[in-house]
Amino acid sequence: MSDSDKKKPNRRDFILTATTAAGAVGVGAAVWPLVDQMNPDASVKALASTEVDISSVQPGQSITVIWRGKPVFIKRRTQDEINSARAVDLSELKHPEKDEDRAKNPEWLVMLGVCTHLGCVPLTDKGDYNAWFCPCHGSHYDTSGRIRKGPAPTNMEVPKYEFVNSNTIKIG
Amino acid sequence: MSDHEYTPKSKVGKWFNDRLPLLTLANHLTDYPTPKNLNYWWTFGGILTFCLITQIITGIILGMHYVAHADLAFQSVEHIMRDVNYGWLIRYVHANGASMFFLAVYIHIFRSLYYGSYKSPREVIWIIGMLIYFLMMATAFMGYVLPWGQMSFWGATVITNLFSAIPLVGDSITTWLWGGYSVDNPTLTRFFSLHYLFPFLILGLVILHIWALHVPGNNNPIGIDIKKPSKDTVPFHPYIVIKDLFALLIFLIIFAFFVFFSPNILGHADNYIEANPLVTPAHIVPEWYLLPFYAILRSVPDKLLGVIAMFAAIFVLVILPWLDTSKVRSTVFRPIYKQFYWFLVADVLILGYVGAMPAEGLYLLIARVATAYYFAHFLIILPFLGMKEKTTPLPLSITEPVLGGSADMAMARNNTDFKEKL
Repeated sequence: MSDSDKKKPNRRDFILTATTAAGAVGVGAAVWPLVDQMNPDASVKALASTEVDISSVQPGQSITVIWRGKPVFIKRRTQDEINSARAVDLSELKHPEKDEDRAKNPEWLVMLGVCTHLGCVPLTDKGDYNAWFCPCHGSHYDTSGRIRKGPAPTNMEVPKYEFVNSNTIKIG
Repeated sequence: MSDHEYTPKSKVGKWFNDRLPLLTLANHLTDYPTPKNLNYWWTFGGILTFCLITQIITGIILGMHYVAHADLAFQSVEHIMRDVNYGWLIRYVHANGASMFFLAVYIHIFRSLYYGSYKSPREVIWIIGMLIYFLMMATAFMGYVLPWGQMSFWGATVITNLFSAIPLVGDSITTWLWGGYSVDNPTLTRFFSLHYLFPFLILGLVILHIWALHVPGNNNPIGIDIKKPSKDTVPFHPYIVIKDLFALLIFLIIFAFFVFFSPNILGHADNYIEANPLVTPAHIVPEWYLLPFYAILRSVPDKLLGVIAMFAAIFVLVILPWLDTSKVRSTVFRPIYKQFYWFLVADVLILGYVGAMPAEGLYLLIARVATAYYFAHFLIILPFLGMKEKTTPLPLSITEPVLGGSADMAMARNNTDFKEKL
């Protein structure tokens, strides 16, 4: 074979490239089901929403319900707690969010009771802000569930929810 | 890698060996020339092999009685403890066996650090060893989740959430690991499957580890190259076999003490409470053998950087053969490194201690200093010390420090010394 023949792709090169490409696609297609089977299955996804009766919750009280296997805090806040949450200057926050955006109805704060650091359940009415404190690695949250001190990177997540009527919240 | 041609004596043996040379392998392992100055710190390879086999055997038996389901797992473990014949013994051996395995592996690793066993030409042995160590941690972590107690559940939650620190894809990866939106039954069943698989991967790596060891042969306390076979070596069998068995016996006494007299001292009482996704225990701590890394994780105030620091603490060990620039292997001849070696041992012990304490106040400060020192040891002290340190003279052979040159002359001299003392 001369040098000029080597540089020009011949039929063998074409066949090799095409076979390798088809093989790679085939292996990818075969592997994907093996990987994707680990994602949430249909029965897990089916439990996507839950309705909660909140008629018996008094001001200052907090209840915990399960949604998608995770705790959700539903807190009926006192006027003091609302005031302290709304008085905070956004520039002080690690993850700036207005309380007005987190609690559409100021009396009710609904959020995932999951610390955004490594997923522990924070304790209620504890910590430097007398709101939530995560015992695992010491994250302090304020009365709006916003991270104020400690290793957690973001505020506790507010799930999608709506008031079905004045006594019922639908989460999810 | 056999140094001489081996021919089985019997006709059947020869017939078989010509077709599959297993007898040649057995002969290689028996005759394998071993430095004659190996001390008891070299017996932990054998002890670790014993630990792995013990974990596999007891684990297979536990798997016959255990039920991997979120509603049944906790009950099935209690069923093993109370109803299954000798179930309590097999489970306690398996649970404490994990701790014994890590105790032995830490001694084995620190042996390598002291005598420079990770240095050329043994880098690949070291890297395979680090892979084994990493798989051991993953296996132990998943095994701890299986009883589905409070520590199981929340330990699993915290460790799997480490992956959520990865930018952009972190949450998808965590959901994929969980098979749901939190640690739940799908997580338990896959952990059981992988916990069963990984020990066999470890076994495969152990075979590669030993294979890679048998290419250059063992390092030794003096850390110099030896000619083999020579008067510096003894055959593996019976010399090393008997020494390893004696060390194993001592090790088993300690093992048996834990199993029979305080089987729960290394565990956490919270794990005898069934998993509850709504209540996090007041104080989450991993098993003792993971505490130093946990302390490093918590000492960094940023989530992503904390996770990176924790994995870097393991990775820095993998590249150790290239961080330590000193050509001298054994710490015996490195007076300054010897001090830093013991500082590192103390540093890791301190990290382990603060890892078990709450992450606040003085503990947090100590954890930060100890984390900084850990990385400084590998990334600053080791590279510079190797270039600057004045090492003491190396002996010419491992026989020399004992006998002083030729064997005959030394014997004569020792004889004179002996007479002088009289």
